[in-house]
Amino acid sequence: MRALVCVKRVPMTGGRIVLTDDAQAIETRHLGFASSPHEECGVEEAVRLVEAAGGESVVLTLGPAEAVEQLRDAMAIGADRAIHLQAEGEEWDAQATAAAIVDAIRADEAEHGPFDLVLFGNESADAGGYQVGLRVAAALGRPAATGLKAVAVGDGRVRCEQEVPGGRDVYVLPLPAVVTVKEGLNLPRYPSVPGRLRAQRKPVATVTPTRPASRLQKLRLVVPEGQGTEATVLGHGADAAPAVVRVLDELGVL
Amino acid sequence: MALVLVEHEAGVPDDASLQALALARELDPGSVLDALLLGADGAAAADTLGRHGVATAHVAEHEALTGFAPDAWARVLVDLAERSGATVVAAAGSERGNEVMARAAARLDEPLATNVIEASGSGPWTVTRVRWGGSLLEEARLDADRALLTIQPHAVTAVAMGDGAASVAAFTPQLDSGDLVVRASERVGAPTGGVSLADAKVVVSAGRGAGSTEGFAGVEELAALLGGAVGCSRAVTMAGWRPHTDQVGQTGTKIAPDLYIACGISGATQHMAGCKGAKAILAVNSDPEAPILSSADYAVIGDLHEVVPAICAAIREARAS
Ligand SMILES: Cc1cc2nc3c(=O)[nH]c(=O)nc-3n(C[C@H](O)[C@H](O)[C@H](O)COP(=O)(O)OP(=O)(O)OC[C@H]3O[C@@H](n4cnc5c(N)ncnc54)[C@H](O)[C@@H]3O)c2cc1C
Ligand SMILES: Nc1ncnc2c1ncn2[C@@H]1O[C@H](COP(=O)(O)O)[C@@H](O)[C@H]1O
Repeated sequence: MRALVCVKRVPMTGGRIVLTDDAQAIETRHLGFASSPHEECGVEEAVRLVEAAGGESVVLTLGPAEAVEQLRDAMAIGADRAIHLQAEGEEWDAQATAAAIVDAIRADEAEHGPFDLVLFGNESADAGGYQVGLRVAAALGRPAATGLKAVAVGDGRVRCEQEVPGGRDVYVLPLPAVVTVKEGLNLPRYPSVPGRLRAQRKPVATVTPTRPASRLQKLRLVVPEGQGTEATVLGHGADAAPAVVRVLDELGVL
Repeated sequence: MALVLVEHEAGVPDDASLQALALARELDPGSVLDALLLGADGAAAADTLGRHGVATAHVAEHEALTGFAPDAWARVLVDLAERSGATVVAAAGSERGNEVMARAAARLDEPLATNVIEASGSGPWTVTRVRWGGSLLEEARLDADRALLTIQPHAVTAVAMGDGAASVAAFTPQLDSGDLVVRASERVGAPTGGVSLADAKVVVSAGRGAGSTEGFAGVEELAALLGGAVGCSRAVTMAGWRPHTDQVGQTGTKIAPDLYIACGISGATQHMAGCKGAKAILAVNSDPEAPILSSADYAVIGDLHEVVPAICAAIREARAS
């Protein structure tokens, strides 16, 4: 079993988003960073699949030098090695990101053989393009299922469950395949201290691709209106209960 | 010409698709607007679509199009777009809409702007799209031969006008086996009874402030009293106190209740992305500086373990009198 999982470094914005003066990015000076919860579940799933079947799990990111932190996080919970497509400066759009990932997959597969499964998040936390995984699948000519809450591999196939309003739709795909997953797929483990130490010694291959001209070019970011209204304080502690009941009544939910 | 993929249930188009039609029509009011519906029963939508400005409803029928087959849908959409020379191709920013459009964009090797709320121009286009599940907007320039867009649900108003029905053009698409490898083969796990989080009129949630699984007792009681559903923050699901199906937020369930009561939740943007559709928000928090107080309508400052039982008692009292 060879599994590849793609993660993207994003800021953890907390209670309020502040933009840089040029409105091109989020002001991240005081923020921590993470991968999307969807992608963290992807990492956990890849690690579990390889723990069960043997083989190798690889984590890949396209991002700045600091994105090596997200690669180390993934290796701390068990990914075996990492591929870092180092890209400084402007954000890459989904088309360009997918193309660079396809190149990296082809190069890695030429050396180590095919990945049975390539895992993505259903959507990235920041850009929310809903497309990088599907573009990679199309370019590689592999079947893909999206938004999965369950993945089971066996007999050269992957059985996938996708949440839909009336239950779950099942897709059975032949391997090699691409899947995009959602949080809730599993409960990712916390990295242990020895896991973190081991991650420091695991190999990271760095490649520096060139950013093509973007055909979906970000002009500027805007914080939507409607933030920053102060709540009406109904009271403090248990004494506030009668005031809450009056509000429930006014809202017609009592 | 603009072509919109319209999702429908037995010929009744869904609201998000009508909103996509509205945006496509606004983008180029002078041009012809067509719709694509998958499945023979799509023909029943002709009246509604006519009122929403559609000239022709293309209804694709094929024995393989019973279960959802996203590559086949994308193939049909791309073939029709190429045949009709559509310069704008759009769909709802629903799970299916985004999925089919992404597959179509990959086939055409064109950019795709997802979850758009505003668009203008005629190539290049300027679009405003949603990021971070709605916590941030992006203005972008779309340089393409064809504008491929999905439209953020509930961001555009769909207004019916006129009364002519759309004409119906039935066709049988060309599909090969490769288009049908990815196909929903089975539906499992019918929804369990009770009020679902996504549809509940009242949602009562707790976050890290609940302290434990047992700490949800009051919240469960309040939700039951109001006929609502229980929700939680990601801090709670990560701690294993509640299942992920209860999580409200960007990577959880998006809710739009009449009232959202958020107890012991700080109000991180990713949490608020899931409940911004609520008509009113009541926060219960021990910290008067918690960020949630600047998105909530009402607040009670205090320990949720005291406040929530007191609210339950006051509701019972009010109902008894
Ligand atoms: C990409 C991404 C996606 C995410 N998706 C989601 C998502 O879908 N949903 C989600 O919820 N989060 C999501 N998160 C996590 C989010 O950023 C926050 O970490 C999380 O929402 C915090 O949960 P919390 O408010 O319960 O905990 P905290 O931030 O720790 O807040 C606890 C609050 O409880 C109050 N409190 C403590 N004790 C009491 C008490 N006894 N009585 C009353 N108040 C008390 C405190 O004052 C504080 O305000 C996401 C993060 C990222 C990076
Ligand atoms: N810069 C990146 N590096 C690695 N993987 C990425 C990157 N951007 C997106 N992805 C992957 O593609 C998924 C979908 O991204 P998007 O199409 O932007 O919503 C994400 O959840 C990631 O798994």
